[in-house]
Amino acid sequence: MLSALLLQSGYNATLVAIGAALLGFAAGMVGTFVNLRRRALVSDAMAHATLPGIGLGFLAMVALGGEGRFLPGLLAGAALTAALGLWAVQALTRTRLAEDAAIGAVLSTFYGAGIVILTVIQTLGAGKPAGLETVLLGSTAGMLEVDAITLAMGGALVLAVLAVLRRALVMTAFDPGHAAMMGVRTRAMDAALMLLTLTVVLLGLRVVGLILVVALLVIPAAAARLWSDRAGVVAVIAGIIGAVAGHVGAALSATVPDLPTGPVIVMLCFAAFALSLILSPKRGLLRRFAHAG
Amino acid sequence: MVDPIPLTTEPALAIRDLRVSYGANPVLDGVTASLARGAMTAIIGPNGAGKSTLLKAALGLIPATGGTALAFGKPVVQALPRIAYVPQRAAVDWDFPARALDVVLMGMYRRTGLLGRIGKAETAAAMDCLSRLGMADFATRQIGALSGGQQQRVFLARALAQGAEVYLLDEPFAGVDAATEAAIVTLLKSLRDEGRSIIAVHHDLSTVSAYFDRVLLLNRRTIAEGPVASTFRQEAVARTYGNQIATAIPA
Repeated sequence: MLSALLLQSGYNATLVAIGAALLGFAAGMVGTFVNLRRRALVSDAMAHATLPGIGLGFLAMVALGGEGRFLPGLLAGAALTAALGLWAVQALTRTRLAEDAAIGAVLSTFYGAGIVILTVIQTLGAGKPAGLETVLLGSTAGMLEVDAITLAMGGALVLAVLAVLRRALVMTAFDPGHAAMMGVRTRAMDAALMLLTLTVVLLGLRVVGLILVVALLVIPAAAARLWSDRAGVVAVIAGIIGAVAGHVGAALSATVPDLPTGPVIVMLCFAAFALSLILSPKRGLLRRFAHAG
Repeated sequence: MVDPIPLTTEPALAIRDLRVSYGANPVLDGVTASLARGAMTAIIGPNGAGKSTLLKAALGLIPATGGTALAFGKPVVQALPRIAYVPQRAAVDWDFPARALDVVLMGMYRRTGLLGRIGKAETAAAMDCLSRLGMADFATRQIGALSGGQQQRVFLARALAQGAEVYLLDEPFAGVDAATEAAIVTLLKSLRDEGRSIIAVHHDLSTVSAYFDRVLLLNRRTIAEGPVASTFRQEAVARTYGNQIATAIPA
């Protein structure tokens, strides 16, 4: 365990731990803006809506004569149905349906469709579907150098876009009307935020899994909010919490056989949140307790 | 900080036949009004008269089903850099992780731009805006830790930072303390005296004459528009409010 933490347990495990840390950092940063814009539930629906796309991507590649395991093909399918799910939420919200009901309907329908497709694939016997189900809860077992490099490059891309758009995103989240009057293209900013979130979801499929990736977006950001009253500082702290949780979680899961990575990372995020809730200098329970006593 | 104001006679805001519906219900039923430059204009009307809607629709923040709005003779979209809008205080989440200074700096986005860094000059200018509202000491306070009146002053300081020529305010005195109301009125009058135009949705009929030069009486359509002395009369106000209140207003 200690050797995994200290990056001494083999080349692949080291790469995976670094990759998970980068993913956690990007997710924490993006998640701060997702929370501020109140898009946490929409992100969760989008993550669940990747599942049918993964199945369809697999089937399409098998139909074309492949094994169906080619990751970019699976991700393309995931992105497609995630975008479809996002569109469905927005279309439903334009009717009289409240947003939370629309999200509930889309999330469960898309996830259900995904499970059906995966079950069909298992009984079909075509291609090599073994391990396809790891996208649900994440598994770092069998991750390769190329996966770690993908995480690093994807994370860097997300951070670069965030660095450019951060002020416009903060203004859109705080007061969209005012932002629009200041020349911020608020619809484009909302679309950009959803694209960044989708990127994090796709990057996180292998590591955290689609069921729990929303936790990596939301919980570090919620914990970080307890430490600072400035959006930029909150984002950086959230990134750090996400990175530590990702790194330690990946190392733990590499040490204990059959431990899915996603749940471990999420529990570590929650531990960070619980600690923040107790220790936060301004809003912490300890401080409140001390003031009461 | 402020561009010189050209001496043309176009009104600050010219609204023609503006229509807005929420579902099947018309909220604005063809409002036409010409809001003068260099004046303080109050928009008065009962609840549901469409006062806030008029501001938002004129600015393009909500879609209009018909009509036009011109600022300084140009479509509002083209004149946005010359317009500052102060929404109702309840329109935003004050638990947002931002300090008073950060909110004021948002009013300088056109100057700093997408990549623009906030340097000493911008911070100093923002502090100056806070000072004009007596808020310099609260610059680093999280906005949720401010009182309602202080939050309203931060909003005003953000508008001030824009260096706009016309200020549209949605109930700037709602739920603020007397000191804040006095500070805001003083600021608005000094802006007016610099030649800028103030348009405010206003609720307190007893202060209309003291604060404003002109008045727009609104109830889904324009009832009357003109100088306070000749327009803000019992008969017109009674027509606006459907004969409900007519006290303390000259006959």
